[in-house]
Amino acid sequence: MRARNYFIGAAFALLAGGMAHSALAQDIKIGEINSYSLLPAFTEPYRKGWQLAVEEINAAGGINGKKLVVVSKDDGGKPADAQTAANELVSSEGVAMLAGTFLSNIGLAVSDFANQKKVFFLAAEPLTDAITWSKGNKYTFRLRPSNYMQAAMLVEAASKLPAKRWATIAPNYEYGQSAVAVFKKLMSEKRPDIQWVDEQWPPQGKIDAGPVVQAVAAANPEAILNVTFGADLVKLVREGNTRGLFKGREVVSFLTGEPEYLDPLKDETPEGWIVTGYPWYSIKTPEHDAFLKAYQAKYNDYPRLGSIVGYQTIKSAAAILAKAGSTDPEKLIAAAEGLSMPSPFGEITFRKIDHQSTLGAFVGKTVLKDGKGVMVDSSYKKGADYLPSDAEVAKLRPKD
Amino acid sequence: MAFYVVQFLTGLASAASLFLVASGLSIIFGVTRIVNFAHGAFYMIGAYIAFTLTERLSGAFGFWGSIVLAALAVALIGVIVEMVLLRRIYHAPELFQLLATFGLTLMVEDLVVLIWGPDDLVGRRAPGFKGAIDFFGQNIPSYDLFLIVLGPVVLGILWLLFQRTRWGVLVRAATQDRDMVAALGVNQKWLFTSVFAVGVFLAALGGALQIPRDAVHHAMDLRIIVEVFVVVVIGGLGSIVGAFVAAVLVSELNAFGILIFPKISIILVFLVMAVVLIVRPWGLFGKPEAAARKTPGLTVNPWRPLTSNERLASLAALVIAAMLPLFAGNYALTVGSEIAIFVIFAVSLHFLMSVGGLASFGHAAYFGLGAYGIAFLAKMAGLPMIVCLLLGPLLGCLGAAVFGFFAVQLSGVYFAMLTLAFAQIVWSIAFQWVSVTGGDNGILGLWPSSWAASPSHFYWLALGVAALVMIALRAMVFSPFGYALRATRDSLLRSEAIGIDAKRIQWTAFVIAGTTAGIGGALFAYLKGSVFPDNLGISLSVDALVMVLLGGVETVSGAVIGAIVYKALNIWLVSQTDLSKLVLGGFIMLIVVVFPKGIVGMLEMLAQRRRKSSPPGSPLLAKPIESAE
Repeated sequence: MRARNYFIGAAFALLAGGMAHSALAQDIKIGEINSYSLLPAFTEPYRKGWQLAVEEINAAGGINGKKLVVVSKDDGGKPADAQTAANELVSSEGVAMLAGTFLSNIGLAVSDFANQKKVFFLAAEPLTDAITWSKGNKYTFRLRPSNYMQAAMLVEAASKLPAKRWATIAPNYEYGQSAVAVFKKLMSEKRPDIQWVDEQWPPQGKIDAGPVVQAVAAANPEAILNVTFGADLVKLVREGNTRGLFKGREVVSFLTGEPEYLDPLKDETPEGWIVTGYPWYSIKTPEHDAFLKAYQAKYNDYPRLGSIVGYQTIKSAAAILAKAGSTDPEKLIAAAEGLSMPSPFGEITFRKIDHQSTLGAFVGKTVLKDGKGVMVDSSYKKGADYLPSDAEVAKLRPKD
Repeated sequence: MAFYVVQFLTGLASAASLFLVASGLSIIFGVTRIVNFAHGAFYMIGAYIAFTLTERLSGAFGFWGSIVLAALAVALIGVIVEMVLLRRIYHAPELFQLLATFGLTLMVEDLVVLIWGPDDLVGRRAPGFKGAIDFFGQNIPSYDLFLIVLGPVVLGILWLLFQRTRWGVLVRAATQDRDMVAALGVNQKWLFTSVFAVGVFLAALGGALQIPRDAVHHAMDLRIIVEVFVVVVIGGLGSIVGAFVAAVLVSELNAFGILIFPKISIILVFLVMAVVLIVRPWGLFGKPEAAARKTPGLTVNPWRPLTSNERLASLAALVIAAMLPLFAGNYALTVGSEIAIFVIFAVSLHFLMSVGGLASFGHAAYFGLGAYGIAFLAKMAGLPMIVCLLLGPLLGCLGAAVFGFFAVQLSGVYFAMLTLAFAQIVWSIAFQWVSVTGGDNGILGLWPSSWAASPSHFYWLALGVAALVMIALRAMVFSPFGYALRATRDSLLRSEAIGIDAKRIQWTAFVIAGTTAGIGGALFAYLKGSVFPDNLGISLSVDALVMVLLGGVETVSGAVIGAIVYKALNIWLVSQTDLSKLVLGGFIMLIVVVFPKGIVGMLEMLAQRRRKSSPPGSPLLAKPIESAE
């Protein structure tokens, strides 16, 4: 028996020695999954963010004296591969919790895996409301402000506009569909006089922008809601500028103020759009200053929103692990529920009722400055103020 | 009225960019018969290089010069690829070149990120074409007008090139009958290289011209490649005019379709292709392919059932595989289950491709239907796992029966593209019908019952089913049905002459392959605990093709090895590095060059050579080939 144990131990030592992320048994490991190869524009700054957090945490003595190690895996943008990675992290790497993911369907796949295998999962970026509400489960928490919250923040500004005839342009998949649905619902509640005159649903990543812009212009709306992002947004903006679609029309747009999506537009940035985003250049709070300084010192680059999300994901995970004082998933859940912690955007709390964090976002207007787009008149919207009442949330979420 | 005119012109502009890329693909396929999966990659490199050049060189001459220079540079890359890679494998089995170009595409996707960085790049606008022209109160971008003129101009130049030059005569002759052209003493090597260069030049030009309207990023290739294939097939393979008409048709239907059905873009091209192919099996302007002169490759190495020694060896391999739970951990077992499932999927396509000679580009449809079958039965009807596993694949069977009926009326690449169209239609239904399928958020919570829940039990289940499937399919290959199917593959005319109802045999084979894929999909749903539209997607269909080709399409069971090698390597690389596509692509290209008959195909060839060189009367040779039946 003894000999056998030695043998297994030796085999494991060999295996572990061969691995890039070898770690000592007393380290605390977090398993991190994201679409690094599919979405490098977002995940590169994200990775820099969490690497900075790991460095800071370990420099400050780790988690209750133990060193924090993050084992990171690529999911290639496929839910099935994300589950394979999650399984490897849990079964082979023995991680204390899972974290990360960007796309909503991958977030949901990992959250379902976590629920089945009883593993704590902190979803970083997926926006879908389902992950905390209709398909929520007790093992899954989410950091970023959800679709609903972003919509509610935009509606607050949009409902003050005089425009009555609205058109929508959104990518044809769950994110676009639910963003439009929530925006329409909240908007119509505040402004029953509004008419929805046209909707366009280009396929994600494949917008044929010319005809879409023409079709929207033909409906002659006074205001437009845009949900497209990335390369689709670039094409839409370019066609829209050339064809004069945005002239004399208000535009409200999801996520466009995030540097990831705003910066590529350069001198074509349309002015006066009401957007959610991250104006890192104009946030003047001590928490953010500290983060900005550390980030720029380490990478000699400015942060994107992904950097904030990556940074705060690992900071939150560390806070939860420190409070739980254990890696037992049930204790982690108990520790996370209602836990408040500092973030570069100010204090945030993981709500007990639906496991959503109260991290907020900035809402502002786009302007062109020195040949590139920036957000001005921006103000921070606290996540807690843009969530439905507890009674409504309780109805939305299945009982654990 | 002005609006409809402008919408029409906008459609024409989209058509022009589509046509440029499609014409290149069409020329390449027409002459070399290469299904050039890397065409989108060349388009993307064209855009990236043009971006870099236009940022450096200023002024009107700089901009237009950069566009042409970029296209020429990419054409040069194309020439190198053709000479170094493709020339070595023209005589490999049909579609094997697809594998090489697929490997190249994988590598390029990672390489552009390494060279140009991860951010989306937005290039300059074209000098002189920055604004818009007012047309009765509607704005038409002047760049669109430029593209609208450019499309027909390129069409005209190509027409002149093909009709009025000696080179064009040779290209047209090769498109019609390349063996005859070779027999007449034309230097095929340089003809192919030059054709490939022209095709790649057009792709890169198409990409470079997108700079003023698009963002340059690392997923541009996938965005265009499938659409371009569809345009080429609708137009008729090898027909430049057809490609132009098809591009206009597709773009205009999209431009006006979204006015009535805003969600139609996602599926439109595939609907058009399905309709066109059902009505006109060779596309709008295509001609029926001349009866192919089969490469003798298929008959050199006759198939035979396993000898008793080989059976024992297979059984031993199965027993060893079944002992994995004794020493492997949970993760290895789950990966093992996944590989076993992909073996099922790959052998089902292999059955269709190598026994039936029908290469499907949309085989994932039946895999995914099997998975969705499970999801519906388990989540909506609440049936237990055993019942679900038995009934779930029937959805794959049903899908294969319906789509297969139409698909087997066609052959060759047209068959492949029709299966792709059906797969995309199924995919878009799963994607769009949110209330039933959950859309792209999928259906969650499909975990196996407790008896199969532990990784080792599930592994045994998957391995057992995979073994049964393999035995059943092999038995079928050497049954009268299998012989009839092989007869339809080798010569449709002769098989019909001896009374084989070829279409019915092929249809049956299609249903068998679809059902088998459905079994794989059903197990996959339980392995992952969830079903997503991804399970029906193009990339899964391509994976299956790659596994079959990697194993060897001329073998009886090469797909088994192909699936194990490809899937294991893929999982391991994704886990180890973010640059998995780069490494995997390089590996595939290496395999293509070293093993031009696939891994198993090559091993068999080596074994046979050894047999031939062994002294007469050796027991292996003396054995009558079919004695084991």
